[in-house]
Amino acid sequence: MTETFRYDEERLAALLRALPPAPEGWVRAAQELPRSRRELDDIVAKAVADEAFRLALIEDLERALRDVGYEPGLLPLEELRRRLSSDD
Amino acid sequence: MEASLSDAALVARCRTGDENAWAELVNRFSRYVFAIATKGFGLRADDAEDVFQEVFARTYQHLDRLRDDEAIRPWIAQLTRRLSIDKIRAGSREQLSDDDIEPPDLDDTFDRLDDALAVREALGELSETCQEILDRFFARDESYQTIGETLDIPSGTIASRISRCLAKLREIFEGRNPAAEPS
Repeated sequence: MTETFRYDEERLAALLRALPPAPEGWVRAAQELPRSRRELDDIVAKAVADEAFRLALIEDLERALRDVGYEPGLLPLEELRRRLSSDD
Repeated sequence: MEASLSDAALVARCRTGDENAWAELVNRFSRYVFAIATKGFGLRADDAEDVFQEVFARTYQHLDRLRDDEAIRPWIAQLTRRLSIDKIRAGSREQLSDDDIEPPDLDDTFDRLDDALAVREALGELSETCQEILDRFFARDESYQTIGETLDIPSGTIASRISRCLAKLREIFEGRNPAAEPS
């Protein structure tokens, strides 16, 4: 019984070790998806309404976003590129 | 409050646009996705991060299409598996089949990670201090000294606290999983 008990605690400890935390920044970025989706929609809507902004985004996406106050690192840039090109 | 919801209830809350529920869903499955990508498939950090973000982006996007809300865990597991395989294939010069890419012990890894997730659920029923001590020692690999300083507990008592907290965790885990009791 004592051996089984020890084994079971060892097994629980091993299972706790099996799930280390993901890096905090990754988790935070995923948690902020609803906000980043809203921003994405706003940016695409502005690009549709403002040709100069759309061209600036196509020329240098990250700089154009920074120029209007967005933090590119917090946005799904690949998806934004896809949506901008599909709106061409 | 969201932490105590079942997976199905959490998914239902996410579908209504509840951002706190979404944050909890990410929190609940982030270690699982991370472990599948890094331990199951051995992805490097940058590739694992791409897979991690894509898994949650697609989960967020396709919550409406989930047929059974309670099946979110296996759905996320299969999505992570699929995206990890695609990531490895994209980085290879050879044409690789899924069988070439999947580690031979992948099913065992999934079983083990499912068990580990069940243990983490049981962990949530312990006191905050026990949760912190066990998580910091086993999952975050922190020393007695670091844990003691962070939680303001004498480091000389950490080992005995770990032992007591593990025993409580075992009681809770066996209570939730009667088949896990020793014969």
